[in-house]
Amino acid sequence: MKLIEAKGLTVRFGGATVLEAVNFAVEPGEIVTVVGPNGSGKSTLLRALLGIVPSTGEVRRKPGLRIGYVPQRLHIDRGLPMPVGRFLSLPRRRGAAEVAAALARVGLPGAEARAMADLSGGQFQRVLLARALLMAPEILILDEPTQGLDQPGEAGFYRLIDEVRREMGCAVLMVSHDLHVVMAASDRVICLNGHVCCEGTPQVVSNAPEYRALFGLGTQGALALYRHAHDHDHEHDHGHGHDHAHPHHAEGGQDA
Amino acid sequence: MLDDFLVRAALAGLGLALAAGPLGCFVVWRRMAFFGDATAHAAILGVALSLAFAASIFAGTLGAALLMALLVSTLAGRGWAVDTTLGVLAHSALALGLIAISFVHGVRVDLEAYLFGDILAVSKSDLVVIWSGAALVAVLIGLRWSALLTATLSEDLAQASGVSPGRERLVLTLALAVVVAVAIKVVGALLIAAMLIIPAAAARGLARTPEAMAVGAMGVAAISALGGLGASLQFDTPAGPSIVAVAAGIFAVSAVASALRRAG
Repeated sequence: MKLIEAKGLTVRFGGATVLEAVNFAVEPGEIVTVVGPNGSGKSTLLRALLGIVPSTGEVRRKPGLRIGYVPQRLHIDRGLPMPVGRFLSLPRRRGAAEVAAALARVGLPGAEARAMADLSGGQFQRVLLARALLMAPEILILDEPTQGLDQPGEAGFYRLIDEVRREMGCAVLMVSHDLHVVMAASDRVICLNGHVCCEGTPQVVSNAPEYRALFGLGTQGALALYRHAHDHDHEHDHGHGHDHAHPHHAEGGQDA
Repeated sequence: MLDDFLVRAALAGLGLALAAGPLGCFVVWRRMAFFGDATAHAAILGVALSLAFAASIFAGTLGAALLMALLVSTLAGRGWAVDTTLGVLAHSALALGLIAISFVHGVRVDLEAYLFGDILAVSKSDLVVIWSGAALVAVLIGLRWSALLTATLSEDLAQASGVSPGRERLVLTLALAVVVAVAIKVVGALLIAAMLIIPAAAARGLARTPEAMAVGAMGVAAISALGGLGASLQFDTPAGPSIVAVAAGIFAVSAVASALRRAG
């Protein structure tokens, strides 16, 4: 039984087609990560699955599916006084014990009375996660949950998600561009660029030519830099100029 | 007791406070201040039309305010620049309303009463209208409180929790139109937005929860209405502006108090 399934999902904003004919499904308990460049429709895919943006095609959710959603960012107007405990009780009232347990689970015990506006970025994301956990979710849907966090904060947040998933046995669907951090922990990676470019295990996707065309040679960070430097040397040996744009290096073999 | 015009005026002010307090909080949280202005200005056009067609002023203002509110929220939803759209619509409606009123012959029109309110001339039937409208808005907001609050925090989060942000926006739009129609007699079209924003802003500094802020705004609006009436009697000043001036005074005190608390 699939938790969420999309067939031929297409989203248009005005005249622009953001997503075209996406087929997609999440099975119970699996971790699926959606990667893709900026503007590739990653967030839109999640929002269409949640019914936030209108789409054509078919989206089927398991009847009564409990979804814990962590949005990309949430701005709370300073004019709105909002203690953490109250925030967790929206829109449904939650018992004090339930709220306390959820806050303790995300590492913020006793934070009920603190104002949302006074939280740090990492704490804010943890509260959003606590709110999602209160849904007793069968699937956690996270939209770039570590945006704006520093490296240790990011690693800690992913560790937390992993722990929570093991305890609750829920599926996780998340959007990310932190490829190297996220991909290792995923069962399945979907590379999106307006349509599904490629999908499979992290290993399969990172070796797929479609993925390399989008993200360059290396996976990310230091590795990518090293591979680029190596490529330059290689090209020099063959008398190529410096003016090759980096993305072309991936296809350099055919060019030369 | 209701035969005393002062008692009627006080009750009218309290009725407005009941609705304007909580609704004003949403106006502040959702940054709809100018939206309130546009709706209120449209009410003047409504006054002119109801005079021209000999219809009830309440129905005319309610209709015009509702049309304006729906128009603005539709245009905003379609991606028009909201502050420009509102500016154009608000001031056009006010100008057209003033022109239209000048064409209404045969009726003695006290324009100032609609621009600045005429709380001392509130009749028993006005009171019925004001309290019905205010109670309707207060009950509507009370019943939908959690959903409204969730939609105000984040439309995405609301949608994902099964709350329709569009429906909640419509609830607030309707409530705003009703409050405008009710308030035009009390503080007048030009000062309605003030009665929505200032009490809510004054309550913000001292409130730690949204519920406390809504109740606080109600209280500030009620004290302003009574205090303004008293001041108007004492110093022979116009009642509507006096009410707003008292609210502004409370806001100033609250702002200083919360700044001191933060510093200390």
